[in-house]
Parts: sequence; C-alpha cells; structure tokens
Amino acid sequence: MSKRLIDLQHISKSYDGQMVLDDLNLYIRENEFLTLLGPSGCGKTTTLRIIGGFETPDTGNVIFDGRDITSLAPNERQLNTVFQKYALFPHMSIAENIAFGLKIRKKSKAYIADKIRYALKLVNLDGFENRSVDSLSGGQQQRIAIARAIVNEPKILLLDEPLGALDLKLRQDMQYELIRLKNELGITFIYVTHDQEEALTMSDTIVVMNQGYIQQIGTPEDIYNEPTNAFVADFIGESNIINGTMLQDRLVRILDVVFPCVDVGFGNDTPVDVVIRPEDVELVEPERGMLQGDVTSLIFKGVHWETEVLANGYEWLVHTTQMHPVGTHVGILVDPYNIQIMNKPESNDEKAVEIDA
Amino acid sequence: MRNLKRQLLAGPYILWMAGFIVLPTLVILYYGFTTTSGNFSLLNVTSIAFSVHLKALVLSLKLALSCTVICLVLSYPLAMILNSMKSKSQGLIVFIFILPMWMNFMLRILAWRLLLSNNGVINSLLGALSLPGLDILNTPKAVVFCMVYDFLPFMVLPIYNAMARIQPDIIEAAKDLGAGNITIFFKIIVPLTMSGVISGIIMVFVPALTSFAISDLLGGGKVLLIGNVIEQAFMQEYNWNLGSGLSVVLMVFVIASMALMNSHGDEGGGTFA
Amino acid sequence: MMKKSIERIYLFVIFLFLYLPILVLIVLSFNDSKAKVVWGGFTLRWYRELLANSAIMEAFYTTIFVSLASALIATILGTLASLGIDAMRGRGKAIMLGATNIPLLNADIVTGISMMLLFVRFTRLGLNTVLIAHITFNIPYIILNVLPKLKQRSRTTYEAALDLGATPLYAFFKITWPQILPGVLSGFLMAMTMSLDDFSVTYFTKGAGINTLSTMIYTEMRKGIRPEMYALSTILFIIALILLLFMNFRPAARKERRNP
Repeated sequence: MSKRLIDLQHISKSYDGQMVLDDLNLYIRENEFLTLLGPSGCGKTTTLRIIGGFETPDTGNVIFDGRDITSLAPNERQLNTVFQKYALFPHMSIAENIAFGLKIRKKSKAYIADKIRYALKLVNLDGFENRSVDSLSGGQQQRIAIARAIVNEPKILLLDEPLGALDLKLRQDMQYELIRLKNELGITFIYVTHDQEEALTMSDTIVVMNQGYIQQIGTPEDIYNEPTNAFVADFIGESNIINGTMLQDRLVRILDVVFPCVDVGFGNDTPVDVVIRPEDVELVEPERGMLQGDVTSLIFKGVHWETEVLANGYEWLVHTTQMHPVGTHVGILVDPYNIQIMNKPESNDEKAVEIDA
Repeated sequence: MRNLKRQLLAGPYILWMAGFIVLPTLVILYYGFTTTSGNFSLLNVTSIAFSVHLKALVLSLKLALSCTVICLVLSYPLAMILNSMKSKSQGLIVFIFILPMWMNFMLRILAWRLLLSNNGVINSLLGALSLPGLDILNTPKAVVFCMVYDFLPFMVLPIYNAMARIQPDIIEAAKDLGAGNITIFFKIIVPLTMSGVISGIIMVFVPALTSFAISDLLGGGKVLLIGNVIEQAFMQEYNWNLGSGLSVVLMVFVIASMALMNSHGDEGGGTFA
Repeated sequence: MMKKSIERIYLFVIFLFLYLPILVLIVLSFNDSKAKVVWGGFTLRWYRELLANSAIMEAFYTTIFVSLASALIATILGTLASLGIDAMRGRGKAIMLGATNIPLLNADIVTGISMMLLFVRFTRLGLNTVLIAHITFNIPYIILNVLPKLKQRSRTTYEAALDLGATPLYAFFKITWPQILPGVLSGFLMAMTMSLDDFSVTYFTKGAGINTLSTMIYTEMRKGIRPEMYALSTILFIIALILLLFMNFRPAARKERRNP
C-alpha cells in the first residue's frame, strides 16, 4: 500500500452551535481516488473545505505529507480545488485563467504557454486559449476549471460536486474523463458528491457520511454489498431493510421464517437489521419459495421489472428480468450469501432516512 | 401582431420624450447657434474662449476632478469594509450611509455653511481647543468639501454593488491557486469592480462639473464655475443665446467625459443595478 | 484585530462626516439663541415660527404636490412604456433604452434650461411647467425599475392563464401586474425622492411666485440664514428617515432580497 498523504485527526467543526463534524478521523493515500459521499448537510463539503484551507477546524489537525498544515492559508497549500460552480474569473480569457496560478509562482512565459497548451489538450479543449469565459458551455467551463487547477501540479486535487450542474449525459461522459485524468496525472483526487452512482463509478475508496459522522469507509464493492448500517444500505442503491432476529451464527429469522445466512458473531437471539438488495430476491413457483406472497405492483424499468410482492406482511421490492403480472401468487427465494446482517442503529445518524438528494 | 399592439403602449412615452427631451434639445441648439436677431452664429459657442469663461470652465474641471478623486479614494475602502461585514448588520449599515443623501440638497449646503463659517461650529470647536481656525468658506475648498459630501453616495453605491456581486468562490479560487491578499485585490477585486468605479466616476463627475448652487452659496460670489456663468447669462443678463451656447459646450464636455470613461470599461452596466 | 479596529475607525470618521452637519442642524433647531454657536436653552420657537411662515409652508405644500403628482403621472407613463419596450426587439429596443438614459445622464442645468427655452415659447412658466419637467426626469427611474421585473417574470404563468381561458387583459392584471408591482412601487418612491430633492430643473422651469422648498431655501440662503430653516431641516430629515425605512424594510423588499 502506498503511503498516507493526508491525515485528518480528531477534526470537529460547528457553526453557530450546530455540530457539523464530530471527531472525524480519516486518512487518504497517495494516488487514491477518494469520494466523500452523503446527503446535503452531512459534513462532506466542510471536510473538503478544511482540507483546502477555507475553513479552520475547531479542534483537530490536518497532516499533509507528515507536516501539520491546519493553520496554513489556502494559498500556502500544495493542493488545488475545482469548485462546484466553476468559479472561473469572468474578466480573464481562458488562457489567463489557466495561467493565474503559474504567474503567481513566477514561472517563465514559455513554461506557462506550454502548460496552457498541455492542460487544454488534456481536457480536450485545444485552441480555446483566447475564448472568453461566457462563451463556454457549463461542461466546457468545468473542464477549464480542472485545467486551471492541474497546471499547478498539485499533489491533491479537491473536487466539490464538480458535475452537479451538468446534465445527465454530460455527467456520465465527465465521469470517464475524470478517471482518465486521474490515471494520466497520477495524483490523489478527493471528490465530494451526493450522487451514489458517481461515487460507485469513479472511486477507489468511498467514505459515506451522515450528520457529521463517517458511516462506512470501503471500496465501492464493500459499500454496496456489505453496508454496515441501515443508513448506508438505504443511501447506496435500493434495499429491503427488514427487522430480524439473529438466532445463532449463520441463522436469522425474518418475518417468522428462518433463513440460512453467512454472518457470524452477532450472538444469540439478537435483534438486527437485515438488508436484501432487490436484485438478489428470486421469484419462483410458490411451492419452491421460502415464503409466499402476491404481486401488488409492476413497473417496467427498461433493464428490469420493478415488482412489489406482499409476503408475510412485508412489501418486498424485487428487480426481475421476468414479468409477473399483478395478482400472481409467487414464492420468494434468497441465497444465503445475499443476506446482509447489520446491528440495530445506535444513534440517529445510522438510521435509514428518506433522502431527496 | 399582439406584440405590435403591446409595443404601442410605449406611444405616450415616445411622444412625451419627443416633446420634452428632443424638442428642448433642438431649441437649445437653435439658441446656441444664433444671434438675438435669429441669424446663424458660432459666437455664443466660441465665446467659451473668453478668458472669464475659460477660467470658469478650467476651474469647474479642476474642482470636479478633485471631488471625483476624493470621492473615489474615500469610497473604495468604504465599499470594501461594508461588503466584508456580516450580512445581518450589513443592510442597516448601508442604510445609514445612504440616509444623509436623502436630506434635501439645499439643506445639506446650508449645514456646511454653518459648519465652515468663520464663527461656525468647526471654528468654535477648534477655538475651544485653542487650535488655529479654518478659513475656507468662500473658497474653492469649501465648494469641493460640500460636493464630496453631496455626491459621495453616488460613488459608494455602484462600487459597493459591484463588490457585492463578486461570488465568494471566485476569491476562494484565487486563494486556492496561490494568490495572496495583494494579488487578489489587484487581479480580481479591482478588475471586477471596474464597471462600478466607472459608473461612480460618471455619476459624481457630471453633477460636480455642472453644479452652480454649491459654488453660489459656499463660494461667496468668489468661486465662478461654468454653471454659474450659464446661470447668470440666463437669470441676470437675460442673454439666452450666450447661455445656450455655453450650455452646448458644457454638454459636449459631459458627453466627452462619459465617452472617455465608457471606453475604459467593457460596458457602462451596473450604473443603477 | 488591528485591521478590524482600523476599519471601525474609518467607518466612524465617514459616519461623522456624513452626520455631523445634520446633527448640527437638528441641535440648532432647538436652540433658543440667534447666534449660531451659543446654546441659549431649549425651545420650540423655530418650529412655531416655521408653521406660521406662510411662504415656507406654501413651498412645502407645492413640493409635496409636485413630487406626488409627478411621480404618479411618471409611474403611469413609465409603466406603460416599460410594457411597450419589453415587447420590442433589436434596434428599436436599443434606441428606446438609450433615449431613456439621456435625462439621467445629462446635466440637470442643461435639462432645466432647455425645457425653459421651450416652455417660454408656448406658455407662461408656472406650476404646470415645473410639473412637466419633473415628470420628464422621473419617467426613466420608473422604466429602470419596472423593466428588470418584466424581464424576470415568468412568461409561462401568463401563458398558462391564457391557456386556462383568461383574456389577455385579465391575465395581465391577475398574473403580470403582481409580478411587476414591486418594481412599480420602488420606481414610484425613487421618482418621488428625486423630485423632492431637485433644485436645478425646478429653478429654471418655475415661474415667479412659485417655489418648492429647494428653490425657496436657495433664495433665503442668499439673503441670510433664518433659524426656521433648522427646524425645517429637522422635519425633512425625519421624513426622509421614515420614507427610506419604509422603502428598505417593507415586507416585499425583504422577500426580494432573500431570493435574488
């Protein structure tokens, strides 16, 4: 594993008595694509701004490459930010925008000209040097904002919801662009978003946050397949989250039916939350099912049918490739590997919530 | 078609403008370029070269320029401080700085006459502290003083508005790219407030250049500005042709100064925003 | 901290510069002494004399009448004009906008003189000519306040009203009018204050015997300063304070500021 580049130690921050971050600890490795993911108000942007130097934490330290930079001003830090609303300088040409940081560092004219050409090529906007900022589309402005940051050769690039203002198709294209850029530049990206799909597509590591606390840190696969609590399960993708009782290791009772599973270490007769992803529920003939129910709703979604099945008093959300008309009596089958057991929430921030992000 | 019908709503205004803006301008041009008997003449306009008139014009330009420069120097830091205040108190403080502007123009002149006169408030205060008195009433200094007082808000407001429009993330982006406070000031804040500065300069320079009441009341008849010359031509000498001719010259100076300023800014926008 | 205190001091100095003259006028208005700087005890004498001075009171009424009437007529003409200009495109619109700026940018003295030269050809100078002149320089303030509101308004709601069966006139009053009303009101108030404060244009377009406060004070000051003027200043300052408070802190203005 490569070395730690940024180390956030015991960071707390509150505004007007409102706690935004509470004793946050997080490290970021060299050359990692790390995403801070969570609903608005979860503290992800504040975390990014503390790393960028735009906010000072109330307590705790920011260690960069072994050096404490907590009280350094943004202009004294070796990292650059791509702002949510681009923040291009409206009174300067594209070339002047990109040259801004280099001129401050007193680079030679030839060096600056080279860098501008290189950066514009990198973001696929060759020949845009003399255009004005207003003549660019949102997506183009975003690319220039990236170019303006990376010409300074930062060790870390901070991106604050950079694709938030773009439309869907462009957003997807830019996701691949960002991955390519990161690989070509070989630097660390810290990315803030509330869009789980963006996070899953691009990241090496995802940090899920809610109400100022880190909920889970892991690879996209970990986060999706093994959420640690109801909040993460609910926030990342769609889930059936059902009350259950862990009878003993590898055996859980849900809706009065005992299911075999693979989880251990929860003790005996412990109340737990059980997560089953909709695509992991199999609909079969009634007699083959572990429990039986009736289809109550059916919506065609393109790649799959979104089916709802009422069984043992719970409305199961199921994604299937086969059509089961409303009213069909079906059986429900779940593979033990696809049952994820979680402890009951101990605090508010771990609970599943309705999110309209 | 419906659109055309709606355009007709501007009709009364167009007629009004034609009658009370365009027509009067033509009339003043007519008077300015004719003699009392109605013959064409350039004499009224060229009389600006008479030494009395020329001296008044030069003095007007000098005082208006001083007033504009003082207003700019006072306003820019003021606008920056106002803009940096917490938004809660900001509304109130901006309000405090506009309020005096709403006091009647004449009464503001009156107040300064009281403050500046030889046995006035300022000199009494200075005398009480056994400091030398200030003898500036009836001098160009008093006129500039009062002009600054009168026109300061016209400079503060457009600059303040331009400053308030700068998005905070633009400043953050500059810091992020390594800019210190001085670089941010000269490379970001100054260029982005230029339109406000230009509006402010026009809004202060033009009334200062053309004012006649302030110099009349605070200059004690000793400070003769081009506005006073024109006013006297009309109200005392009843020489309308001469007054009109000099007004035309004044208009040319107003237009020229605006054109000069606007050519320095990308656009004159933000004047009243 | 150092920087903060320098800022405070700077604000205070400017504040003093702005308010000292007004404060002096207010204090003197209660001073029972003809000499300017000697405090002769508290009195309301100057207020009584002010109210008894028919010339000043007449000028006061004239000022109020001219500013209200000119602002009202300018508001009607200006709002109609804004609707018309908003419907225009291209060069026509550019010409109209440019022409609207002329009276704002032209020197007051030239505006006043040119109108006077026109008026004396056709009529006698008097209250009417002052009124016409004030309306003329007030209209641009209305247009400048109403046009942006027209630009901001959502066209779809107007079209939705038509779609639901409203006549254009009904849709205008029910949908468009409420959306531009804040602009109309602030235009009206701005016009009124411009008119209250005007000196130069009134000075040239008024006839003998007609005075607004500005021209009245001007004439008086050339003769000498009478203490009633201090009382008048105090009253006008309080009126300005109330008007401005009303403009800045009325509920509609609040709402606008919150969702710019």
